[in-house]
Order: sequence, then C-alpha cells, then structure tokens
Amino acid sequence: MQQLAITGGSEKPLLSLHDINMTFGGVKALKNVSFDVRPGEVHCLAGENGCGKSTLIKIITGVYRPADGASIEYDGETYSHMSPVTAQDRGIQVIWQDLALFPEMSVAENIAFQTVLGRWPKLVDYGRMRKIATDALKRLGITLDVDLPLKEYAIAQRQIVAIARALVGEAKLVFMDEPTASLTQSETDHLLDIVRGLSAAGVAVVFVSHRLAEVLEISSRITVLRDGALVGVYPAAGMTQSRITELMTGKTFDQQVRAKSRDDQPVVLEVKGLSRPGQFDDISLTVRRGETLGITGLLGAGRTELAQTLFGMLQPAAGAITLEGKPVHFSSNRDAIKAGVAYLSEDRLSLGLIQPQSIADNLVISSLGKIVSGGFLSDERKRKLVAGWIADLGVKIGQQGDAISTLSGGNQQRIAIAKWLATDPKLLILDAPTVGVDVGARAGIFDIVAKLAETGLAIILISDEVPEVYFNADRVLHMAQGRIVGSYDPRSVPLSEIEGAVYA
Amino acid sequence: MHSFARTHATEVALLAVIAVICTVLSFATANFFSIGNAFDLLNTSSVNIIFAVGLLVVLIAGGIDISFAVAASVVQYGTAIALGWIGGGGWISGLVIAGSIGICLGAVNALLIHRFRIISIVATISTFNIYFGLLMFFTKGVSIYDLPEWLTDRVVLFEHEMADGSWIEITLPVLVMVLCVIATWVLITRTTTGRQLYAFGDNPEGARRFGINIGAMQFIAFGWLGLMAGIGGLVQAHYAQEVVPNALYGRELDVLAAVVLGGARLGGGKGSVLGCVLGVLLIAITQNGLNLMGVSPFAFKMIVGAIILIAITLSNTSIERLLPFATQKGARR
Amino acid sequence: MTGFSERLKGWFGPEMAGPGLALVAVILVFGLVSPQFLSAATFGSVAFQLPELGLLTLAMLLPILTGGLNLAVTFTANIAGLTLAWVLQANGGADAGAGAFALGCVLAVMVGAASGVVMGLVIAFTRAHPILVSLSMMIFLRGLGEFLTRGGDVSGFPAFIGPLGHGSIAGIPVPLIVFIICVLAWHLLLTRTKLGFNTYMIGSNLEATRYSGINTRKVIVLVYTLSGAMCAIAGIIMLARFNSVRIGHGESYLLITVLACFLGGVNPFGGFGRVIPVFVALVVLQLLSSGLNLIGANQHLATAVWGLLLVGVMVLRFAASKFKISFVRKGT
Repeated sequence: MQQLAITGGSEKPLLSLHDINMTFGGVKALKNVSFDVRPGEVHCLAGENGCGKSTLIKIITGVYRPADGASIEYDGETYSHMSPVTAQDRGIQVIWQDLALFPEMSVAENIAFQTVLGRWPKLVDYGRMRKIATDALKRLGITLDVDLPLKEYAIAQRQIVAIARALVGEAKLVFMDEPTASLTQSETDHLLDIVRGLSAAGVAVVFVSHRLAEVLEISSRITVLRDGALVGVYPAAGMTQSRITELMTGKTFDQQVRAKSRDDQPVVLEVKGLSRPGQFDDISLTVRRGETLGITGLLGAGRTELAQTLFGMLQPAAGAITLEGKPVHFSSNRDAIKAGVAYLSEDRLSLGLIQPQSIADNLVISSLGKIVSGGFLSDERKRKLVAGWIADLGVKIGQQGDAISTLSGGNQQRIAIAKWLATDPKLLILDAPTVGVDVGARAGIFDIVAKLAETGLAIILISDEVPEVYFNADRVLHMAQGRIVGSYDPRSVPLSEIEGAVYA
Repeated sequence: MHSFARTHATEVALLAVIAVICTVLSFATANFFSIGNAFDLLNTSSVNIIFAVGLLVVLIAGGIDISFAVAASVVQYGTAIALGWIGGGGWISGLVIAGSIGICLGAVNALLIHRFRIISIVATISTFNIYFGLLMFFTKGVSIYDLPEWLTDRVVLFEHEMADGSWIEITLPVLVMVLCVIATWVLITRTTTGRQLYAFGDNPEGARRFGINIGAMQFIAFGWLGLMAGIGGLVQAHYAQEVVPNALYGRELDVLAAVVLGGARLGGGKGSVLGCVLGVLLIAITQNGLNLMGVSPFAFKMIVGAIILIAITLSNTSIERLLPFATQKGARR
Repeated sequence: MTGFSERLKGWFGPEMAGPGLALVAVILVFGLVSPQFLSAATFGSVAFQLPELGLLTLAMLLPILTGGLNLAVTFTANIAGLTLAWVLQANGGADAGAGAFALGCVLAVMVGAASGVVMGLVIAFTRAHPILVSLSMMIFLRGLGEFLTRGGDVSGFPAFIGPLGHGSIAGIPVPLIVFIICVLAWHLLLTRTKLGFNTYMIGSNLEATRYSGINTRKVIVLVYTLSGAMCAIAGIIMLARFNSVRIGHGESYLLITVLACFLGGVNPFGGFGRVIPVFVALVVLQLLSSGLNLIGANQHLATAVWGLLLVGVMVLRFAASKFKISFVRKGT
C-alpha cells in the first residue's frame, strides 16, 4: 500500500515529518506517520473523521508534542517537536475550522491580533493595526471596513479575515481545516482563487476538506490517512473521487441507483407556489407514499429554508401546503409534528440532538406522550421504547443513560432518525443526514432510509452532495437561487449530467 | 472613521435616556438642573463607579464576581487595623494597603477559578459567604468609628460658589474615581493585556490557541476588581466616616445591574468604561431626580427596579427576537 | 449487589456523592467533638430551621436547571407574605378567621406566581439574561415592599397561624411537613412529568429542544411561575414563624440557596441536578450551623464554613475528575 507515487519532485520540501507517533489515553492516534509539503504547493490532507488529520496539524503547529523519536524538518532546521510560538514565528499558520476569531472585536484587531500578543503589557498601536489589516486585505483583493466589529460580517467574510490574519504572520505554510464547510459555491470559488493566489506567491497551503470535488480541483498532491496511519501520497492528476473514497475508507463502494417509480402510490405531500421572499420562490412539488424525493443544490439555494417551512419553523409568504389531501397551515413546528411531518436538522450538534443529555432522553423528547402512564412519565415505558428503536435501527450503544455525545456520528444520526420515527411521521425530511458521518457509515444510514421508504414513509432527502441524492432518491430536484430549476430521474439520466447542472 | 452610533449603540442609547430623564426632571423640579446638583451626584456615585469599572473588567474576561462588595468591607477592617499598627499612615499608605488586601482577596477567587476549574459564580458565591461570615464573626458586627483623622476629614480639592448660591465641590472621592476610571480605560482599551482580556472573554478557546496565558487573564481580571474593591472600600469609609461591617452587603447586585445596564455582557467580550459609568449615573440620576421631586424615598428602589427591568426588556427586544419563527438561523453565528 | 448499587445510582444519581460524603463527615466530626450533637434537640432545631431556607432553595432550583437564576426569591417571599398579612389585617387582624387565612394564602401564591410570570415572559420572549431580569425584579420588589411597609414590621395575626410555624404533628414540626411535601412534589415534577423533562432539556440546549417540538417559551414561563409560587409558600411559613412580615427578612438566604443547589450537585449551566441531593445538601448546611452553635460559634462563622464547604466539595469534584482521567489513561 505504501506507494509514494511522486518521484519527480527534486525540489527540497519546506516541511517534512518522519516517525510521528501520538498516543491519547492508550489509543494510538498516529502511527509512524510521514508527511511532506513543498514550497508553494497546494497539498490536500484527506481522511475520515478521527483518522488523525487534526492531530497531525496540532503536532505541526506545536499544540501537541509527538512521542520521542519524531523528526520535524522545517525550512532547513530540524526539531523534535514544535511550540506554538516557534511555529508562528517561523511562518506556520492555521485557519481552524471554527476560525478562532473574536466576533466582538474589530476586523483590524482580528487581522492584526498578533500585535496584541506577548507576556508583558504594551500600548496598543491602533494605527499600525489598521494599516496591517488594510494591507493584508489588499493582498487578497478584498475591501472590508476594518473598524467594524467582526460580528457585523457573514461567515464568508470572516473566513477571509481568518486568511488575512494568517498572511500577516509572513506565512510560508498555511493549514486550512475544512475552510469551505459553510460557504456557498460562489464564495467557495472565490476562496479557491485566493488559495491559488497564495500558492503562486510561494505560500504552501495544506487543505483539509471532506468535499472531494474541491480537493481534486485545487491540489497538486493528496496525502491520505486512515486510522492514524499513512495510506499514501498521490498526485491529484488522474485521481477520481471514488478512488479517494476507497483509499480513505479501505472499502470499495459500488453504488447503484435505487430509484423506483412510485407513481401508483397516493400523494402524501403537495406543495404549490410556496414562496418566502429572499429565500425561495414559487416552489411546487409532490411526494408520494414510499417515495424518496431528492433535493440538491448549492449551499444557499434555499433548501434548508424550504424544509424548515414545511416543518412549520418558518412561515411562507405565499403558496399552499397539502398533506394527504388536506390543506395545512403550521404556525409552529409543534403543529407540523402533530400533522405527521418530521425534520432531521442539518446541524446535529447544536439543533438536532441535545448533546450532554442521555441517549434515551434524546430519543423520546419528541414523543413524550407515548411514555406517559397514569399521567406521569414511566421509566419502564421509556426503556422499552428506546430498546425497541435501538434494536430496529441497529444502533451500537453502551447504556441508555449515557450522554449522546459519547456516540459516533453515524450512531448519533440513527438516534436522531429514531427520535423522529417515534413520532409516527407520514413525511420525513432529512436535511444533510450524512454531515459529520464517516464515509464508511453513510451507507448504513441510506440502508435505513431505503427500508423506511419500503414501509410507505414519504421522504425528502436534501444534500449538497449530488451522488448522495442520485443513488438514494427516486427523483432528484435541483434548486438554485430559491427556485426549482431541474427535475431528473436517476434511472434515465447519468450522474454527470446532474453534477454538470448543479456545479455549472 | 466610524459613526460612533453604530459601534457604541448602548452608550448612545444610555446617553439619550439620561438626556430625556434630565429634561423631564429639569421641568419637574426647580433645582435639578443645577451644576451644584450635578457635582453632588458625582460625589455620591463615586464609590459605585469605582466598583463598577472593576467589575466591568471581570465581566469582559467572561467571569462574574459576587464577592467584591463584602471583600471591600474586609479591606476596610484590614486597612483600619493595619493603619493602627503603622501608627496612622496617610492617603498614600492607606491606598497601598487597601489595594494590596483587595488584590489578595481577588486573587483567591482567581486561584479557585483557574487552579480548580470552579466556575466564577460558584467560586465567588463561596468566597462571598466566607469573607462575610468571617468578617462578622471576628468583628462581632461591631463598627469602627475611631478612624485616623486624615481618613475622615473631608478633602475638597476645588470649590466655587455659583451665582445662585449653590456650591460646586470636587471632593477626593471624585478624584480617586476619575483616576480609577481612566486607569481602567487605559488598561482595557490601550494596553495589549486589556485586548487579550477582551479576546479571552469573547472566545476563550481561540485565545488559548494564540498562546494567551489563561491563568494570567483570570488573575489580572479578578486582581483588578480586587484593587478597585480595595480602593472603593477605603473611599467609602472616608465618605461614610465610619466602618460598618455590613454596610456594603448587597451592593454587589446593585453594581452588577448598573454595569450590565451599561452594555457589558454576562459571558464576556463586551462592555465599555463609558457605558459602565453611564449605567451607574443613570440609576443615580433617577434616584436623585425622584428625591428632588419629593417622591417617597421608599418608592425610589421600586421605580429604579422597574426602569432597569424595562430597559433590559427593550434593549434585548428586536423584531427578530420576538418572532424567532419568522427569521432564519445562521444570520447570527 | 450490583443491581442494588445500580438502583441506588438511578435513584440519587452521581450528584449524590458530594452532599452524601459531606453529610457523613459532618455527623462524624460533630458527633465526636460534641456529645450533645447526636441528640433530639439538634435534630429538632434543624427540623425547624430547614424549611425556610429549603423552600427558597426549591424555588431557586427550577430556574437553575433551565440555565437561569431567580435572584428575586427572597423578596418574592416577602411580598407574598405581605399579601397574606394584608388580607388578614383587612379581615380583623388578630381576629381574622380561617376563611381569611385561606383566601390570603391563595392570593399570596398568586402574587408570588405573578412575579414569576413576569420574569418568565421577559426571559422567554426577549432572551434577556435571567440574572438581569430577576435582579431587576428583586430591586423592584424590594422597593415595592419598602414603599408599602415604610420599612417597618407588619404583625398582629390570629393565634391559629402560630402552629404553622412552631407546631408539631406526631412529633414532626409542621413547617418540616410542608417542606417535605414540597420536596416530594418537586421530585415528582422533575422526574415524572413532561414539564420536568423539558426543564432539563432546555437547560442543556434551548434551540435543539425547540427543534424537537417543545414549546420552550411555555416551559420557561411555567418554571419561573412555579418558582414564584414556591417563594410564596416560603413567605407564608416565614410569616407564621416570626408572627410578622418585614421586607428584607431572609435576604441573607438569597445566595445561600444558590450555594445549596451547587452543593447538591446541580450543574451551574443547567440541564443536570436532582431534588434529593439538594435536600441532603440543605440538611448538611443546617447540621453544620447547629453543630457550630453547640461548640460556641455563631451563625456568621457557620456562613463562612458553608462557603468553605462548597469550595471543598468543588475542589474534590475537580480532583475526582482529574483522578478518573489519569486512571483511565494508565489503565489502558
């Protein structure tokens, strides 16, 4: 498996790591990993959640100290470990996934934050700060008001601020941890342009992303990690998405189109001319019993807002929703749940599940009525209900009373699905059900979805990953800028055609 | 440069409210709008403002402190005893002693919070009880009236008789208060340490990744409040001309209300010295105005409470908040 | 045996460790130091002192579980007591009948609940910080009470109210019976009702609870309403015990109620905490102050020791979590 495919590069690497080992609480997080980055290249670090990517970044930036025997060669010097101060002084910068910015402070302070660092108090030089910030933004070709607090800007601009901050430190090597996770397509394109610009200016960029399309578009080389071990280093040219997935998971996936015609089934949901100004416009669709309707489109296309409107969390400005032939009007999600609509949130960590609370409580929260006996909640009924669902969906748990945060992403998502199934829905809306779920565990989620459809549940499956809806839905709708712009039948249209339309 | 109104919305709103109240009061009462009354207000508010700017620093760093007012009482006793030992002392030695004891008491809080990871409200409720209980136990609730003369003598730094016969006076408490306000303002807006405090309160994890010393932040914030509590305690003893062990008991919540009214956020990262001072002044002006209008002193607190409740309700209310179902998440972080 | 310990855990939860240990330690230490400690007299005095602080602590507990705080508990109790006193006085003072007393109690509970409703509405709809909302309510109620009473005492109640504060039934003090009924009611509320379930969920994550189809605003308003009603019960008991109402009475209990909750293992951020450990924590606090009284110290020293006890328990919890982590690391 060890196939260091690149041989041609005679250029001396900027960073080269050897024999990196790291152990947490008896678990080996990294095993003899080697990794190198060349000056000015865009390098992708790929792997499933928990494969050791972020541990590796933290070792390079000095947050963690690797086990003895490690060698870190960077820009002509050799270290046994880094410290955060050395790493920053020597031009290694990280743009964390959560950005590590300070929303209440001004844009200038965020960008020139390093000027306020230091152990002993100094006077703050706001003029210098403003100049540093303006210059850094100019290098990126962006204009922002540097005196405004950062919270006034949206996530895409904050991303830019984080990049600008990295550039201030005379960066030679920049790590970007999932930088596009919350950006729309045009924002992503802009970011990728910036990355290319940095690369052209001689700054090496290591890109950590689970969006494989981007990885292929921007990188020159790809390093794949699996279970804390190096799988290999590959040139991006000639690589395909499915090949990277195989390397990351160690499994081969030959997905097949599951679509079937459900035209003979009764209509469960009918939506006519649904609109919310600025979010979506004139949406009409139907979902039949046992049908899985896929909705894809880029972030910001209005998919989540549409789903939240169907779930009663948002109110439409115009249009009508009919559920099993009866017109419905939801003034809150409680009405929607009563009527048989369930919505699995795309944000499992902060909206989907209550992370500190127990598995059992998370599962029963939306169907408390079912565990009432004699006017009071019954532990016995709760335990039975939870045990039943855990067995049905094949969830691996320790104790029912354990916090849900102790479960893996895939198992958490199964509990979230069970929570909604316990409400006896007629329509289940799944908004990005595989976010934060390992590639290997995704197939299991879709197996459950397919089984649910067979029982007659109407399902809306929303995802920005076109293959997901292509292989798992009966019909695919394409949303762009708040409108439905295309409808496809996976049995008669190739994946590439839909991808072409969505990413155009 | 920026429009002040956009980046300092709370301060502007407070100024506007104060202006409205002043206008109403100056019509309702004859002598509210006199310069003499304004200086009187400053004199009486000095101690609270000193406490408030200290508490502001802790709030900015993401903490809360319930213990500072009783800590100030402990400082008063400790200082009185220490001054007895050194045979009287003077303002300089008094302030140094009071400040040092205050810093030590604040450092106890910081130690509990940083070393033992006890969250600030739990730690400071504990120390509140410890400080107050021990103070009452050892003093047996007895007040000290026998203070050094320099401490009880009224120090008027500037006085001037106005045409209408009222006096403008700037007393020592006002000077000390102004110095404390300026020092806090310099600390939190002009020094790198102050900006680190803001950053730490705003995003503790982000601050940690930049290598900001978290322990130092806690000790600086609680130490600063301790220092202000110590100075405030001494000034209060000077103002009241006596030391009563439970005189400041309960003051912590009044000061907290004023500071938060001034725009500081429980949870950290937000707040300004100007807003904090305006918050204290708003409450003081309201009380003063009600007094001059001849409202029963027993009704003051009720009206002040109602005003704070309404202010908090209005400042937290926007269409977006009242109708969360009508807006999308994501607009905010 | 494991089944039994599991069931114990299920009953009391991990929160019990701190107050449980403290209870054993207090009984052991004072039992050894003072021979009179383990006597009916000690437990009698604890039994009479427990209810006031205890009822106010129950009022504090619910808001803390939702991640909030109710700093108005003591003055809500005062105002509710004042309401009862007013009804009694309007109906003949010392000659007032049982009907007037019943009416007064109902009105007192309604007044307490009303203060809770206002706070609950402001917190639920504006999402202002509960500390601020309840703090301003506290300042308001204190002012209102002082305005109405001019800072004085209100007294002169019918004699039959006395037993509510001092009497015993079958050797058990009446206020203790009231308190235990309230403890059981709160226990039932939190473990066996939808409202209790949702209280915990909101304490951990309000938005996720709302997405799960729970009317979070209703829950928050109800929580503060119940808290206010519980304050009123405390206010009624205080009226009976002191045979008078004075604004500011019990003021020093305010932060002690918060201390008792934390000592009882309630999570300061909300979401976790049980009634029974808090009850045990309250017993520990009262035993401590009775024990210190026996060896000649006063209530002020007891207050300081209460603070030290909370610090001690928090430090032990911290040490225990550290130990657990290092144990797991070494163990595997």
